[in-house]
Amino acid sequence: MIDIFTKFSGQLFVGLGWTILSSVIALFFSLIIGTVFAIMEVVPSKIARFIGRAYVEILRNIPLLVITMFFYLVIPKYVMKINGFTAGTIGLTLYTSAFIAETIRSGIQSVSGGQMEGARSTGMTYWQAMRYIILPQAFKIVIPPLGNQFVNLVKNSSVLAFVAGFDLMYQANSIASTTFDQINSYLVVGVLYLIITLPLSYYMQYLEKKLA
Amino acid sequence: MQNWISAFSWLNVHFLLMGLWVTIYISVISVILSFIIGSILGIIRYSKIKFVSKIVGFIIDIIRNVPLLLIIFFTYFGLPNFGLRPETIPAAVIAMTVFESSMIAEIVRSGIQSVSTGQMEGARSTGMSFVQALWHVVLPQAYKNMIPTIISQFVSLIKDTSLATIIVVPEMMQHAQVIYGQNSNYILPMFAALAVLYFIVCFTLSVIGNVIGKHLT
Repeated sequence: MIDIFTKFSGQLFVGLGWTILSSVIALFFSLIIGTVFAIMEVVPSKIARFIGRAYVEILRNIPLLVITMFFYLVIPKYVMKINGFTAGTIGLTLYTSAFIAETIRSGIQSVSGGQMEGARSTGMTYWQAMRYIILPQAFKIVIPPLGNQFVNLVKNSSVLAFVAGFDLMYQANSIASTTFDQINSYLVVGVLYLIITLPLSYYMQYLEKKLA
Repeated sequence: MQNWISAFSWLNVHFLLMGLWVTIYISVISVILSFIIGSILGIIRYSKIKFVSKIVGFIIDIIRNVPLLLIIFFTYFGLPNFGLRPETIPAAVIAMTVFESSMIAEIVRSGIQSVSTGQMEGARSTGMSFVQALWHVVLPQAYKNMIPTIISQFVSLIKDTSLATIIVVPEMMQHAQVIYGQNSNYILPMFAALAVLYFIVCFTLSVIGNVIGKHLT
């Protein structure tokens, strides 16, 4: 295991870099998209609620791999050329945004309806109340589940291996096929994933306990 | 349009549905196995047995925090080095079961913990042993609350079986790839079919889970 790590450390760190880059980009955009759809799910407009709900349910109930491969194969064929990393990151973003929307929606709904009424009765508009009263409280509640979504995101970024996204998983396969030492190649990569995900998920467990 | 008609020839549709059958078959076997194994591991982790619970907990945390894809690769390409050479479907079932057991173990443990500790103390104070209290008082309540979470875990298991296409398990995703591999005009129809079929299966299950969840509260 150590042998493989020292011999291929360059390649492994490149993979780690791409994995982290893809996860961070996907997290950033899925937070924005997720927040938008979460708000759509709670506004009074029935049409907006339906669109929000449909977006979340459709993306949550289709495998990430299908979404990613769609962007890798269908978009280049009919729309424009994109590389594997981009296709994979777009797929990850959309898939994760549905889960984030669901998380934030439950956060918004758990901030009691009384908060909205109280804010409205002081003369705030609906959007002011949402922006200054509801969302700040909701985000605070959903930090631990959002952290868990990020852990899932890092793990899910391994689908980039399907689309030649140069990520850790892709490097693992390439190292395994050059050295024929599958066990140690996958073990090394497993440890590298754990270095990112394990501290994060322990920290989220700690936060959950602290907030509860 | 011509492409769509020929993409959905009877032969292709049949082939795709055979894949769906394998997807469901792998998912159901894996979920049953991981329900049993996960329950045992979750109870062990909850019971705070010296060392054993700590070690089991650490292994669960490790498995939960690596990508499922890595476990699939490890099972299929790594196990032969230990003299085991599973076929593709058993390999997928093993990988899914290992991963899902650890997920379900966590669900079971937090489910047990959410049934208030008062229940455990009350049962113990009536003279029940730890195991009796767990079996007759705590677990029935905990499992009742867990049903929706376990169903949503089952939905993600079904979606995750698509990853097994990488070791050429003949499931739906793999069969779709075989079909569009013959003619690149079939790519779009096949992705539409995959999306619709996965959605129908997963969404139906999610709705059932939500209905049960609402019914319970």
